[in-house]
Amino acid sequence: MAIKDHLRTLKISAWLGWQIESNWARPSLFLLYSFIRPIAATLILVIMYLIVKQNVASEPALFSYMYLGATFYMFVSSVVFGITYVIHTDREHYQTLRNIYISPISLYVYLIGRAAGKVALATLAVIISLIFGIVVLGLPFNLLMVDWILFVPTMALGMACLISLGLALAGISLLTAKHSTSINEGVGGLVYLLCGAVFPITVLPAWGQAIGLTIPITYWLELIRRSLYPGEGIELLGGLQDFTDGTIMIFLLISTLIFTMLSLTMFHYADRIARKKGKLDMITTY
Amino acid sequence: MLPDTLLRTGRIWNVEQSFLLGHLIPFRVTTAIEIRSLSRVFSGRKETLALDDINLTVEEGELFGLLGPNGAGKTTLIKILSTLLLPSNGTAHVLGHDVYSDANSIRKRINMVSGGEISGYGLLTIRENLWMFTQFYGVPRVVAKKRIDNLLDIFGLQDKADAKLRTVSTGQRQKMNIIRGFATDPELIFLDEPTLGLDVSTSIDIRNYLREWISECSSRTMMLTTHYMKEAEELCDRVAIIDRGRIVAIDTPAGLKRRVGRGSSFLIEATPFNPESIQSIPGVRAFVARPSEDHMHLRMILDDESVIADIISEIVSSGAQVTSLNKNEPTLEDAFMHLVGRGLV
Repeated sequence: MAIKDHLRTLKISAWLGWQIESNWARPSLFLLYSFIRPIAATLILVIMYLIVKQNVASEPALFSYMYLGATFYMFVSSVVFGITYVIHTDREHYQTLRNIYISPISLYVYLIGRAAGKVALATLAVIISLIFGIVVLGLPFNLLMVDWILFVPTMALGMACLISLGLALAGISLLTAKHSTSINEGVGGLVYLLCGAVFPITVLPAWGQAIGLTIPITYWLELIRRSLYPGEGIELLGGLQDFTDGTIMIFLLISTLIFTMLSLTMFHYADRIARKKGKLDMITTY
Repeated sequence: MLPDTLLRTGRIWNVEQSFLLGHLIPFRVTTAIEIRSLSRVFSGRKETLALDDINLTVEEGELFGLLGPNGAGKTTLIKILSTLLLPSNGTAHVLGHDVYSDANSIRKRINMVSGGEISGYGLLTIRENLWMFTQFYGVPRVVAKKRIDNLLDIFGLQDKADAKLRTVSTGQRQKMNIIRGFATDPELIFLDEPTLGLDVSTSIDIRNYLREWISECSSRTMMLTTHYMKEAEELCDRVAIIDRGRIVAIDTPAGLKRRVGRGSSFLIEATPFNPESIQSIPGVRAFVARPSEDHMHLRMILDDESVIADIISEIVSSGAQVTSLNKNEPTLEDAFMHLVGRGLV
């Protein structure tokens, strides 16, 4: 298949994804929802933090660590579970998966395109959440201090990693119609727990830390924090203080590559089994 | 072994026909579908043999029908040929490509529509849904727009083209899905019960369109599954009768009817009675009983006319009255009963 065919698939499926994400309500209601949802999501943690620590200024680095982790974790939930959910909704709700499957497009590219809408919305949510944190909660942040050279490739690798993880779970979803939601929630909880999303991985038992260090999201979140708060002491909190930015970037790159290869293999294998077992147009009405 | 050049162009010579005819006249027959010893087993708590040793060849340009009751294996076969499902055993080539190893080469050139299909994105309009699928098949934008407009006109959906799919009726969604299948201009289309659940006039319109579509271009091929006898009889060049995963017969509708034999198809109307005892009368090859509110309609294939006396006597002895008796020219339904030993429904 030619690259222009893939690009066309990417464009059309991204358009479809955006229509589905944004077209369910009136524009004003959609805009309101887009503002309220990320703020509500992060406020839960903020309130918990304030109950324990009384105010943000007492430990600004710790507050930034937690707030940034919770904010950027929105990408994980949107992109990873968004891709998986495409399989579920296209097969069961829209009943279009079989038509898409037998069309001459790459299912990988289609799913990545559908994820683009999720990435766009998650980016909006993260920006809104950051602005809310800075303006309302006094999150210490200086745009001029951001290490963009570190931030941009970190985000690119992070997205690649999240899309790969999404594809792997989408593969599982092809085979298990009834359980895809619970698998998403289970994986989401584990990633949240093991990757240092809101607390350093050093609080985990040794085996938990070992698992956390094999997941690229751990390195991604660490580099996001370091690039947005260079030299503010935030790097001392995550349990990766012995490693330089460059070393962590190499860890992120290698683990993302391994993750991507594993995910593609897994999806390919799941696709073959699903076609063999007749699961591609299975309607469970579950 | 087939020559590589023929495989690459997606054309397989039908070897026997080309050998026999090719020496005498410059005539070439190409094969659209070639199935050899195909089986499909669904495993689960109870293993189900959905297709059992199917052998079938469909030529390019044919409108080929698969006729059989629900659960006969028609949809399973369509799913395998349209690359949605893998066979358990045997081989299937579609337009020269193996469904197992070369699905991508097949997908560019085929499409599939299932009857009763209400799939689609409710948040998009009918036109947007159709346009999106044409783009997945790489149809140029201008061509896609023109083709979609034309099909919307043909199927009477032009006034609903810009309505969100979620707001239209089930029948209109079904029509949109039929348009989706044709909007990509496939070389081979699989239609699985295309008129299922549609009203009579829409079904007639669709059948007319199918006839027109296949006659417009000699290289177009259609495989249609149905359990409507009339549909198969009206539309198909050849019909395969499929029952319990096996192909029982393949022939033209006229050829299948000839197998029944003249003078052996009867229709009896009587007041209600239990028809079970009819089956045991010697000379009754097959029968279908269709009870209505105050009547029993019996359609029968008999070995010879003399059996009719025994049947009437059986009906009368059960306390019912025969209200009419007709001797018919065999229909495709009779052919089905003759070959399968029971009715389609």
